Amino acid sequence: MTAENRTVVVTGIGAFTPLGGDAATFWEGLLAGRSGVRALTEEWAADLPVRIAARVAVEPSEILPRPVARKLDRSAQFALIAAREAWKDAGFEAPATDESNELAPERLGAVIASGIGGVTTLLDQYDVLKQQGVRKVSPHTVPMLMPNSPAANVGLEVGARAGVHTPVSACASGAEAIGYAIEMIRNGRADVVVAGGTEAAVHPLPIAAFSNMMAMSKNNDDPEHASRPYDKGRDGFVLGEGAGVVVLESAEHAAARGARVYCEAIGQGLSSDAHHIAQPEPTGAGVARAIADLFDRNELDKSEVVHVNAHATSTPQGDTAEIKALRRELGEHLEHVAISATKSMTGHLLGGAGGIETVATVLALHHRIAPPTVNVVDLDDDIDADIVRDEARKLPVDGRIAALNNSFGFGGHNVVLAFRSV
Amino acid sequence: MATREEVLEGLAEIVNEIAGIPVEDVALDKSFTDDLDVDSLSMVEVVVAAEERFGAKIPDDEVKNLKTVGDAVDFIVANV
Repeated sequence: MTAENRTVVVTGIGAFTPLGGDAATFWEGLLAGRSGVRALTEEWAADLPVRIAARVAVEPSEILPRPVARKLDRSAQFALIAAREAWKDAGFEAPATDESNELAPERLGAVIASGIGGVTTLLDQYDVLKQQGVRKVSPHTVPMLMPNSPAANVGLEVGARAGVHTPVSACASGAEAIGYAIEMIRNGRADVVVAGGTEAAVHPLPIAAFSNMMAMSKNNDDPEHASRPYDKGRDGFVLGEGAGVVVLESAEHAAARGARVYCEAIGQGLSSDAHHIAQPEPTGAGVARAIADLFDRNELDKSEVVHVNAHATSTPQGDTAEIKALRRELGEHLEHVAISATKSMTGHLLGGAGGIETVATVLALHHRIAPPTVNVVDLDDDIDADIVRDEARKLPVDGRIAALNNSFGFGGHNVVLAFRSV
Repeated sequence: MATREEVLEGLAEIVNEIAGIPVEDVALDKSFTDDLDVDSLSMVEVVVAAEERFGAKIPDDEVKNLKTVGDAVDFIVANV
């Protein structure tokens, strides 16, 4: 194996989500088919057409000391908590330093993305400017709202000097971050990279804006059943918040320090639609090209794929286009692929989705079990695939198995990540 | 007119709020950056909070001279 094509593995996971404040609780929630969607009871929500969202299960203020939290946008708070969990889970006791034997800071990277950046900081500080004047605007505003802030803060936390990056591609951002991190290790720039996605956009402005795009479910009276990918009655996504982070590592480096390996991170497939700024390409052609790109550029056989954590946001067009793309690329093998739409439980975390869904995909391979898709009461006739409905399902117990994690974003960004059991 | 003791007490509460340093650790000889975890950005917050609390005006040019808590107490007492 050349330095330009090194094997990458997952050695740590962390999740701060609507189903739980750590990866274990998140996974339990997924397997139990629990919904994290609730009614928004804040005063500001009263006049909005959409009054439901999947808030994080634990408030970050319960974990981060106030002096730390007040200098971080909510999205960076989520990322920091999830990154700390993943870092510890990977067996690292302390940040990388010049003195550390296990890992030099120059060989450590961080790639954390969000779709929207520090939007609540921006809007809250604009309120401060209007109501209290220039002098009261926080001097921390810019470092808090910049979209690379979660990556930079995680990089500071672990001591990453190989590079800190933030790819931005709306709802594909988290997956693109993980794909970028895999390549950093594969091509020899780093031995370990902390990677994931985060989002904190439960605020009246983004909700009003998404709602006016006719993109969100307005099922305000029945929050837990509002996110219903593949169901005939689906009427849009439900906004979620949180972060998912993994520690990626060269197989060689992980073996040398005796690290526990969850699975292999095989690589990514990428494409762009050149179709519309916000509409999915209805035939799934762009998504299909990303899947084809994955198989073209990585040592992965279609027959190994047994599970897909789908993008499936619960929008009428998007869910169908993705299944068409999977059908086009996997053909008859799709009959043997268990497809899960975990957004039915977590809502759509936008740039955080690729993060938490990678954690879910890694755990699905590790435990050989696919989480359920809840709220499919009446399966859409166009969904010609094996959806894991209602209950979690066992994956094949023998042999190497692989899984895909799909993420697509406004702007026509398509990212497919692939993982394989070890 | 605030006394030196009142200004020190007020500054200690402000530093505690912004940097999380225990009030009793905020003493006259302590450096904001080296001892109290107040970096240049947080120092702006300390200054704005102090101006509001004591009714003093601390010009931007003056902030760089306020290295210790004692420097800030002296300036505020002299300029209220």
